[in-house]
Amino acid sequence: MGGLRARGAVARPGRAAPLLAGAGVAALLAWSWHGTAVDLPGLLGGEGLRQITTYVGNLFPPDLSPGAWRDAATGAVETFAISLIGSLLAVGLGLPLSLAATRTLLYRGILFEGRRLGPGARTGRVAVYAAGKATLTLLRTVPEVVWALIFVFMVGLGPFPGVLALGVHTGGVLGKLFGEVLEDVDPAPLEALQATGAGRLAILVYGVLPQALPQFVSYALYRWEVNIRAAAMLGFVGAGGLGQRIWIAISLFQEHQLLTLLLAIYLIVTLVDALSAFLRARLV
Amino acid sequence: MARIPSAPPADRFPASGSRRLFPYLFTAVFAASVLFSLREAQVDPRRLLDGDALGNVAKFVRGMFPPRLDGEFLGLMVRPAIETVQISVMGTAIAVVLGVPLGLLATSSLTWRGVLHERTSRTGRWLLGFAPYAAARAVLSVFRSIPEYVWAFMFVRAVGLGPFPGVLAIGVAYGGMLGKVYSEILESVSPRPLETLHAAGASRAGVVLYGLVPQALPNVVAYTLYRWECAIRASAILGFVGAGGLGQQIELSMRMFQFDEVLTLLAILFVLVASVDAISARIRGWVA
Repeated sequence: MGGLRARGAVARPGRAAPLLAGAGVAALLAWSWHGTAVDLPGLLGGEGLRQITTYVGNLFPPDLSPGAWRDAATGAVETFAISLIGSLLAVGLGLPLSLAATRTLLYRGILFEGRRLGPGARTGRVAVYAAGKATLTLLRTVPEVVWALIFVFMVGLGPFPGVLALGVHTGGVLGKLFGEVLEDVDPAPLEALQATGAGRLAILVYGVLPQALPQFVSYALYRWEVNIRAAAMLGFVGAGGLGQRIWIAISLFQEHQLLTLLLAIYLIVTLVDALSAFLRARLV
Repeated sequence: MARIPSAPPADRFPASGSRRLFPYLFTAVFAASVLFSLREAQVDPRRLLDGDALGNVAKFVRGMFPPRLDGEFLGLMVRPAIETVQISVMGTAIAVVLGVPLGLLATSSLTWRGVLHERTSRTGRWLLGFAPYAAARAVLSVFRSIPEYVWAFMFVRAVGLGPFPGVLAIGVAYGGMLGKVYSEILESVSPRPLETLHAAGASRAGVVLYGLVPQALPNVVAYTLYRWECAIRASAILGFVGAGGLGQQIELSMRMFQFDEVLTLLAILFVLVASVDAISARIRGWVA
């Protein structure tokens, strides 16, 4: 999940590389095509296509009776709430953890040039760093939906376990990203602060954080866009929102209602994308 | 993580009233939404700390250790693990196949605006350019706004259980995202080389091939690889709705309370995701 830039210097391959890469990709595709039992002719040929057309045709018209309409609206609001609180919880978890997962704040770099750490203190801080990194990896390796199942075990059905699942998983993702931002800040302002005699805390507050904050906001908004989609799926395991209603509609073949719910998902996701883009332009 | 495409810097007129009001308005709306959402999402931290919840966690954690590592179980999991990788590769491939043409149509500088169309009549631009452009944008928006899990669920209904619906779900949802990002990349290339080629008498195809593609290709490849990293994560959970791969096994083991198997499966998933990330980062290092 690193940035689009290369991590460190990578040797440039020779002239045969494009051919080799092409052959590699082709082999990978053939292997995957075979392994996943892709049947495009079956899907797009007569029978399959007719089935899909019939299915899509059956969806129309959407069920716009007051009951279905209210159900979809309630689900959309709940999904929105889960994504918002889940993302905030993620920031709340990720921010402190990212401080523990940033080497330049713990034991190396400019902050530690003036007053060096004793060997004992240094070992302790390296341990804090390792623990912080390991926690973040654990949080983000477990997918949201598995966290959701775990929290459903803990606190029962409803939107609350969905909030916790998004918060914990996204907290791991944001903690890692925030840590990378903190390590990447421009050192010049920090050196200037240090030259004026500023202490570590002052350098952190006036040098590091102002540089990192816009990126933090940007990443948090980006994850909110991811989370509104995820919030919609957590309902599949009993964690409320539109997902639960979609699950029911598909299982019971309530096609017209399904289309209403799909419209609701489309609207709420588009709304959050637009809000996020607007806030990014305004705040960052 | 893809670098977030940042918006062009807003021009800041200090005297503008809406700009001065914005912080207050934002704070008020934000606080109100949070309070409202806390109630809607039924957030209640006490439920985390009551005896039942803690007992369940203890049961879960105790059940995970030791993880199940016998040969029989690991042997059975090889196939789903491979399937997860294959779903991500095939899904990304289909996403590219869908995303490239739709992305090209959704690029205004290719279809109806800018240097390529200076000599086209207004009506021509509208009919041949703007109409397909708008249609492609709408399709992309629907593709990417319905989450992949929902697509997967619907494809399971359409083509049956197994990895194939997972491939289609990733293909459609990610095709929508790729198409949108491709069009953004294409629109943000520097117009100068295009104008130079145009002035030198190059045809439209020439301008696109020699002016546009070389500028856009590194970013297109990098973003596609980034989406592949996302696809491996997605393909691991699509199994929860019956679309094959590791997710299906995780779901089964969770439902049967076999937490020792869950731990092993999560470890396998971690290794897969980390390997794909490493490979992808390596290739991006070459192209970017």
